[in-house]
Amino acid sequence: MAPILKLVAQRVALSLLLLLMVSVLIFAGTMILPGDVAQSILGQSATPEALANLRADLGLNDPPVTRYFQWLWGALHGDLGTALTSGQDITTAIGSRLSNTMFLAFWAAAISVPLAIFLGLLAVRYQNRWPDKLISAFTLTSISIPEFLIGYVLMYLLAVKLRWFPSVAMINDSMSLGQKLNSIALPVTVLTLVVLAQMMRMTRAAILNVMQSAYIETAELKGLTMFKIIWRHAFPNSISPIVNVVMLNLAYLVVGVVVIEVVFVYPGMGQYLVDHVSKRDVPVVQACGLIFAAVYIGLNMVADIVSILANPRLRHPK
Amino acid sequence: MSEPLLKVRDLKIGATVYAPGEPPKDIEIVHGVSFDLERGKVLGLIGESGAGKSTIGLSSMAYGRGGVEITGGEVWINGRDILKSKLSDIRRLRGGEVTYVSQSAAASFNPAKTIMEQVIEAAVEQGKFSRREAETRARALFDKLGLPDPENIGARYPHQVSGGQLQRCMTALALCPEPDLVVFDEPTTALDVTTQIDVLMAIKEAIRDTGVAALYITHDLAVVAQVSDDIMVLRNGDKVEYGSVDQIINDPQEDYTKALVSVRSINHEEKAPTEEAVLSVRNVTARYKGTKFDVLHNVNVDLYPGQTLAVVGESGSGKSTLARVITGLLPPSEGEIFFAGRTLTEDFKTRSREDLRELQMIFQMADVAMNPRQTVGTIIGRPLEFYFGLRGAEKRKRIIELLDEIELGESFIDRFPAELSGGQKQRVCIARALAAKPKVIICDEVTSALDPLVADGILKLLLNLQKIEDVAYLFITHDLATVKAISDNIAVMYKGKVQRYGSKTQVLTPPFDDYTDLLLSSVPEMRLGWLEEVIANRKMESAGN
Repeated sequence: MAPILKLVAQRVALSLLLLLMVSVLIFAGTMILPGDVAQSILGQSATPEALANLRADLGLNDPPVTRYFQWLWGALHGDLGTALTSGQDITTAIGSRLSNTMFLAFWAAAISVPLAIFLGLLAVRYQNRWPDKLISAFTLTSISIPEFLIGYVLMYLLAVKLRWFPSVAMINDSMSLGQKLNSIALPVTVLTLVVLAQMMRMTRAAILNVMQSAYIETAELKGLTMFKIIWRHAFPNSISPIVNVVMLNLAYLVVGVVVIEVVFVYPGMGQYLVDHVSKRDVPVVQACGLIFAAVYIGLNMVADIVSILANPRLRHPK
Repeated sequence: MSEPLLKVRDLKIGATVYAPGEPPKDIEIVHGVSFDLERGKVLGLIGESGAGKSTIGLSSMAYGRGGVEITGGEVWINGRDILKSKLSDIRRLRGGEVTYVSQSAAASFNPAKTIMEQVIEAAVEQGKFSRREAETRARALFDKLGLPDPENIGARYPHQVSGGQLQRCMTALALCPEPDLVVFDEPTTALDVTTQIDVLMAIKEAIRDTGVAALYITHDLAVVAQVSDDIMVLRNGDKVEYGSVDQIINDPQEDYTKALVSVRSINHEEKAPTEEAVLSVRNVTARYKGTKFDVLHNVNVDLYPGQTLAVVGESGSGKSTLARVITGLLPPSEGEIFFAGRTLTEDFKTRSREDLRELQMIFQMADVAMNPRQTVGTIIGRPLEFYFGLRGAEKRKRIIELLDEIELGESFIDRFPAELSGGQKQRVCIARALAAKPKVIICDEVTSALDPLVADGILKLLLNLQKIEDVAYLFITHDLATVKAISDNIAVMYKGKVQRYGSKTQVLTPPFDDYTDLLLSSVPEMRLGWLEEVIANRKMESAGN
């Protein structure tokens, strides 16, 4: 088992290094944005003395390197600083937003990933026949239509006309799980439609690639049904490319849902970020950037590790 | 007489071919073949590639590989015509009544599952045995087939056992559901001779002990003679001859069968080493980058002008590595190579154009050694331009001379590689090597991918060209029949060392060292009872020790 542990450890170490480099980029990027934080807090009419005092208070006179390490040290201890505009503690503010985003992403993933893989298997089973074509046509259509349009259309049909679900996805801690799920039903549906196509297409392509192998013929000559062949013999050998695409889509579900959050007025990270970008609230933007980067890198690391673990040659060395 | 287990009547099989630049068309690849197979008997199907032998074998499972389709005839198994059966009945047949052993067990096992899971899958799936019963059966089969540690080998993954062991596991897989018929499709072709003999014996004993009937498909008549009761010779989808093993081997009626039986009858008188060697390998030791062990240990061989040195050994013996060192693709860690009186530099990049020209190479896979988008004329013309600066009419004249030498002729000049047969492609590669007017040609398994009769033609051509062009061959092969046919000197390689070296007569005359003895005695001979004799001899020897 030693070589495989080494490979996994390498992946984790590389991911941490990557995250560190991204944190430098995020910090440097927000530094070179035009505008002065003290100025934007105090407004145009501030006196030079007041500005100088505030700069000293905020540590803006320290060299950038010092400020980077102070920020990083804080972030590592869960202290993401204070929002300039509201004076709120960012960690607290992001905490509830992030858990809302995760809640939405979790349910969208819980539905879309199994569904996409199942549709992929189905498409392989009926390759080039009508079920395959129907699945491809449906998923490609749903990915091609802009998500806000799907959102509004569903809202009109399911919320306004049929009144099955609320049109605004507001959730709070006092709601039961059932109420919350009812509330996010529409955004979850839209997100599922958006991420389905890519995962389904990759499942189909990866399995079809394996279906040419000699061991598939062996399975066929054992008299197995097509679906058992695909599920038992083809799928285990195509996990690696599928997991990679699944993880990219999961990352999208966490960091890319700004439009959906706006459409359904959902209190998630995306809206929070957009609000504070427009207010030039640099510490909040940095914190959100760092969290999004961590999610992306973390999920891709998981994909890499699953790929390593899925390889029997690495799992069971000679 | 009772009804035979398998009764094939007027079987016709078709396929769709997609020739480059032409619309797809349907062709018939098996033209009405009929035969019977009794319970517990073994029928050998023999023929060259394209004879339709695998296709006929798979039709007993109502299966067509790729675009192949059974277009007519009847295939009766246990009293019913499976070509008229429903798909669900055919599924019960496959893996239950009829099972299959493929040529490459390494590719036919799923890399993601343990051997045991795959061996018992069909038996359990078809409801023949419970999981526990099937596992017990599998362990007994592992034991019978001579696999090491039969109790636990099933828990391993396919990549954790050797090629020969995996081929036995595949046989266990086929026998586990207690089938009536097993189709063996070239089960030992991909193995080394010394491994082949053990697997062959294991298969033969397993067939005898379980009383299963078998279709044994191979291109090697000497192999099929050891395991079959009857033999059917096929050519281009037609039955050529069908009879008992004894009759086919000892009294063949058809010319084609006679040619198969007497293949490799080239008589080549060895030449004595007279002059200075043209190529000398001195104390060469080599290893691949990043590895810790030597693939060549202190190798010394000489090749004389106009002669052939055969380097023979099994996979992993280092024979191809030796070619890589001589051509400068792998610089040796120690030792030197002398060529035509001068020392060759280690890396081909630093060699002069003359050095490169005088040392040419021909490869095993003629297919991939040619650019598929160039015509035969361009392929052969390239070295003429590069080394001799020939252009236009002069170049064309020389290309035609070379095409005549390889017995293809001018009409081939504008053809593309895809339009040639395997043997013709190898001939073009030979012409390309000859075009440089080399002193030495390294031939790396050049006949291994070819059918026996075609390979025979290539060997004859090479010997003929040697007389005309006075070129020396370093001939790398695993096939001892080829070695006997063309060599003047022989080097037997084993685990990176030269085990035995000398003139053909010296090397092939006893007393032998253990390895050479094992290698020579493992080459299947075209006579009945050979396999039992060899195994009995080996048992006696090991008992005597």
